Amino acid sequence: MEKIYTVSVFTENSIGMLNRITIIFTRRHLNIDSITASESEVKDVFRYTIVLRTSKEQVDKVIGQIEKLVDVLKAFVHEESEIVHQEIALYKIKTDNLTNGSVEKVIRENYARILTVDPMFMVIEKTGHVEETQLLFEKLKPFGILEFARSGRVAVTKPMKELSTYLKEIEKSN
Amino acid sequence: MTELKITGAQALIKSLVEENVNTIFGYPGGAIMPIYDALYDYTDSINHVLVRHEQGAIHAAQGYARVSDKTGVVFATSGPGATNLITGLADALIDSTPLVCITGQVASHLLGTDAFQETDIIGISAPITKWNYQITKAHEIPSVIAKAFFIASSGRPGPVLIDITKDAQFESMQFYYEKCTKIRSYYPNPELNKDSVEEAAKLINQAKKPFLLIGQGIMLSNAENELKEFVEKSGIPVASTLLGLGAFPNNHPLYVGYLGMHGDYAPNIKTNECDVLIAIGMRFDDRVTGDVSRYAKQAKVIHIEIDASELHKIIKADVPIHADAKEALKLLTASINKNQHDLWLEEFKSAKKTEVDTLKQSAEILHSEELKMNEVIELLSEITHGEAIVVTDVGQHQMMAARYYQFNKSKSNITSGGLGTMGFALPAAIGAKFGAPKNTVIAIIGDGGFQMTVQELGTILQSKIDVKIVILNNRFLGMVRQWQQLFFEKRYSFTEMISPDFVALAKAYSIEAAKIENRANLKDALLKMLNYEGSYLLEVMVAKEENVFPMVPTGASVSEIRLK
Repeated sequence: MEKIYTVSVFTENSIGMLNRITIIFTRRHLNIDSITASESEVKDVFRYTIVLRTSKEQVDKVIGQIEKLVDVLKAFVHEESEIVHQEIALYKIKTDNLTNGSVEKVIRENYARILTVDPMFMVIEKTGHVEETQLLFEKLKPFGILEFARSGRVAVTKPMKELSTYLKEIEKSN
Repeated sequence: MTELKITGAQALIKSLVEENVNTIFGYPGGAIMPIYDALYDYTDSINHVLVRHEQGAIHAAQGYARVSDKTGVVFATSGPGATNLITGLADALIDSTPLVCITGQVASHLLGTDAFQETDIIGISAPITKWNYQITKAHEIPSVIAKAFFIASSGRPGPVLIDITKDAQFESMQFYYEKCTKIRSYYPNPELNKDSVEEAAKLINQAKKPFLLIGQGIMLSNAENELKEFVEKSGIPVASTLLGLGAFPNNHPLYVGYLGMHGDYAPNIKTNECDVLIAIGMRFDDRVTGDVSRYAKQAKVIHIEIDASELHKIIKADVPIHADAKEALKLLTASINKNQHDLWLEEFKSAKKTEVDTLKQSAEILHSEELKMNEVIELLSEITHGEAIVVTDVGQHQMMAARYYQFNKSKSNITSGGLGTMGFALPAAIGAKFGAPKNTVIAIIGDGGFQMTVQELGTILQSKIDVKIVILNNRFLGMVRQWQQLFFEKRYSFTEMISPDFVALAKAYSIEAAKIENRANLKDALLKMLNYEGSYLLEVMVAKEENVFPMVPTGASVSEIRLK
């Protein structure tokens, strides 16, 4: 059965890691819904958060192949219930719309905020799950959206084990 | 160790010396010239084998590594030199062969500019190397080379590619070398879980019909003796995958045959009758399992494997043991009871008889006048006492060699298993001879595969080595033809092959050669070849439309193996 899985990969900071990770999905004809990457809480250890829809069996095999990469420290797979996740979306609309009272209402009701106001345009920010940022998109659409950008998912896990604990275990067992 | 200032190219060669490299297979070109210049000062201690094509270099390095327990080393230039390594890299990765390939690259300021002979070899080779890395600064060379050898040879071995820009080869640096023994993010030596071994021992002790499958992992962990002790104590019948042939002596009373699509009848059908299936150092390739949904469903599966990603990948193991085969076998042997399974073994023997009788009958009916591949191989096996290093290409002759050569020595069966690379045998045999110079090396090749890397006859000529080449010429791409006959209504679409005069071709390279067409001349011809001092090519004309049986057709279960 297909489900949404969030894969977290912790790697050394080496050139080409993104490519090495993504080709593992490509080879199995798996599409990545979203991917984000940045340094983790441990210096020089990078965290990749990858969201995809597939079967448990397939995602487990993918994790095995990812962990096999020499520069990967550890990879985890999580179901939706095991993580707290968030995305950020930016909406650029014409500043003229600000004088229209209903924009204010939309912003307020959706717990969005205005990041910047320029004489020509303004940028609204909304964080949340994809359904929430999508809902705001639909609400703002009638006012004319000049530009829209949404990030991939970032996620932290609910279990309390810290990455540094894993790293210590790894270093000990090596 | 004293530090001295040298160029990156010199540092590379010195690093190789530190790793005890004495043989390199390679081909020079523009972007690797500084390295070749540095190599020129080491001709006393390093033997560089000049091949005729980079694919030949990498297959030779594979042959070298497979017989010798060493890491094969390859040099190639940038661009086409590097891309010519691709097939060999993919082959070495899937067949777990340790290689370090050094490629030259354009100067770092030219990277990404479509410079002459520039190609993104790091990007191209990423999915087919165990690890790869591009060096743009000379000071990185010693530590990266140390890492390369450690990664290539540890855990489940595989190919590593190191791309070095030309400016890094020229740059001067302080040389200091330290071997790599540890990488934070890489865990090649899994800790053996003793509880799992106990659990496996319990299953084995209770089993009535236990069956052992072995793969190349036995040889890669040098566990041949531990395997033998385990088998002799447990009394369990042993079958081998294609790459595992030789890990257990084929003349041992507990050896029951070769697994898979063209394997033996008994081990295939008994897979679906055993109660405990023990798999060691093998990965349940589709050529071994046939239809996985009907594979060993009745059995408890114990899988001993060093590569964690292979556990449960194809066959769910009841007892997965993530470990080095040697270590696991030692402990397992200590934990099991001494046992015998005579009745169970009898079942294998009677199935074997069914196979032999059926094949004999078919052979008598079909073109009995013509020489057949199996006769050639059986005779070769008899004359060499199953002790030569046999290098095969891909196709019918490969399956026949696997079936009819009695491999009694470890690391004596060199073939392209996972990738099925035609053109592998000739260069791999050259490499095997360099890796095991005291052994007789026989390349058995089809008329098709021989012509894929035939240029390497030039390497034999120049390096003056002694490789015996047997071409089994059926004037067809035989395996494809067999499938066309069985599954495509004999529509022989582009499988018939007209070949040049192989004897004249060999002689053009100063290689002694002969051709035979009759059974009566076979033994003399083989003896003459084997007794000849120096390389020798023997072309044997065999039946045009011989088929390899038994056969598990694609999609069928191993118990549906066809004898004819």
